[in-house]
Amino acid sequence: MAQSVILVAQASTTSPAPADAVQNGTVVQEQGAAPAATGEVHATTEHSEAPVGFPPFDASTFASQFLWFAITFAVLYVVMSRVALPQIGSIIDKRKARIDGDLKEAERLKGETDKAISAYEAALSEARKNAHAIAEETRNSIRADIDAKRKAVEDDLSKKVAEAEARIGKTKQDALSRVNEIAADTTAALVHRLTGEANPADVQAAVAQAVKE
Amino acid sequence: MDPEAAKLMGKLIGAGIACIGMGGAGVGVGVIFGNYLSGALRNPAAAASQFSNLIFGFAVTEAMGIFSLVIAFLLLYAV
Amino acid sequence: MAEQPIEPIHQFRITNLFDIGTFGGNGTEGSGTHLAFTNSALFMVLTVGLILAFLILGSNRRAIIPGRMQLMAEMTYEFVANMVRDTTGTEGMKFFPLVASLFLFVLVANLFGMFPYFFTVTSHLIVTVMLALIVFLTVVIYGFYKNGPRFLKVFVPSGIPWYIIWIVVPIEVLSFLSRPVSHSLRLWGNVLAGHIVLKVFGGMVVALLAAGAWGVVSILPFGMAVAMTGLEVLVAALQAFVFAVLTCVYLHDAMHPGH
Repeated sequence: MAQSVILVAQASTTSPAPADAVQNGTVVQEQGAAPAATGEVHATTEHSEAPVGFPPFDASTFASQFLWFAITFAVLYVVMSRVALPQIGSIIDKRKARIDGDLKEAERLKGETDKAISAYEAALSEARKNAHAIAEETRNSIRADIDAKRKAVEDDLSKKVAEAEARIGKTKQDALSRVNEIAADTTAALVHRLTGEANPADVQAAVAQAVKE
Repeated sequence: MDPEAAKLMGKLIGAGIACIGMGGAGVGVGVIFGNYLSGALRNPAAAASQFSNLIFGFAVTEAMGIFSLVIAFLLLYAV
Repeated sequence: MAEQPIEPIHQFRITNLFDIGTFGGNGTEGSGTHLAFTNSALFMVLTVGLILAFLILGSNRRAIIPGRMQLMAEMTYEFVANMVRDTTGTEGMKFFPLVASLFLFVLVANLFGMFPYFFTVTSHLIVTVMLALIVFLTVVIYGFYKNGPRFLKVFVPSGIPWYIIWIVVPIEVLSFLSRPVSHSLRLWGNVLAGHIVLKVFGGMVVALLAAGAWGVVSILPFGMAVAMTGLEVLVAALQAFVFAVLTCVYLHDAMHPGH
């Protein structure tokens, strides 16, 4: 950069116009009113009369700046505090309220969902318990039924067995009682054939005695 | 020497001397940013929270340099 | 372009767009108070108009889901609101319109100044002094209104021995009184110095281009001017932010004197 500054210094010797203008800026205000010099430099944009030195220190412009600053800043402040900021603030508040409301609503719905889930689970476990109970009951009743039927069948069977046994015993007894008779008849027939005669009463007594022996 | 020329010379020299004061502000701003950077490298997590303090310290320090610059302007244009 | 003077302070010149008149004085040239609608006033009006149009028209639709302009307006609002809330607390939100007005006025005025041929409102000391005085007077008046005589505790740091107070209090008074000075000079000096530096580099470009073969070298100051423009945009935003933050800090003192 230092190099280019030196170059500017050199340039000023070759091109007097701009370099003079730079110097005039200080020299002109130094000498106060120098109409020829200022007119030449500032002719294009100069509207205010009195040539000024350093513009920020030019007291003649203070009143205008003061006035317009006061007006514009007062307008800015009033409109900002009355219109602009409340408008934006209300939007932000509204959005915040909306988000909070939505969050609360979501919270509420979540609570409802949780409640529904727990109710469903309770119902499910209830149903499961009921199902257990019903199954147990059914099993019990079926078992009881089976038991009853088996018992009936067994009773029936044992009764029939007993009957059959009784019948067999009777038949046996009958048979046994017939044995004497048959033996007596047979004996009587044998005796009759052998002897030609037979007293049935004697035969029977003899048979009975033989059976006894 | 022409008194006007002497006055101009004095003003320009004075403005140049006043600008030396900006060097102090340069040192101060360098210290602030350097310390911020070394602190930020030690604890990067805390760096972001101190950024506004950094800017504040920078502005306050830099004001000193600006003051000497203002003195230079005053000498150049307003005396 | 070639007719434009290249002295670096020409850009700060105030020209009368139309005269309003001269009040007071004895009728001779230069006496009395001259009022006019100047280029400075024009840019103040433009600044205020742009801010209000940006904020009001941007948020006019009041949409729950913001558009681009509304989002920018809301981000600006939130940025300033957070700055005020962080520095002064919720209590300080009553100064939010003031801080927002100051911040946006300085910011937009500074950024307007970055356009070539535009006038920079904040490059004039009277404007920045008035901005700083608004803050200073608000602090003093509100401080005494809210705290009464206790506001004077702002000069007495707590927890120092009595024999140091006699040294510290004058320093504190001096620093308090120098606040509006530094507050205004900081903004003014930054803007002024930046614009002068830009114009100095610009002037170098013009001078080198007029110097025949040396014109090739003009790329150096031209590049510098481009870089400085970037820096000045940063400084414009930064100084507006600093101005607003310092305003908040001073307002905090008004609400809570006695450190």
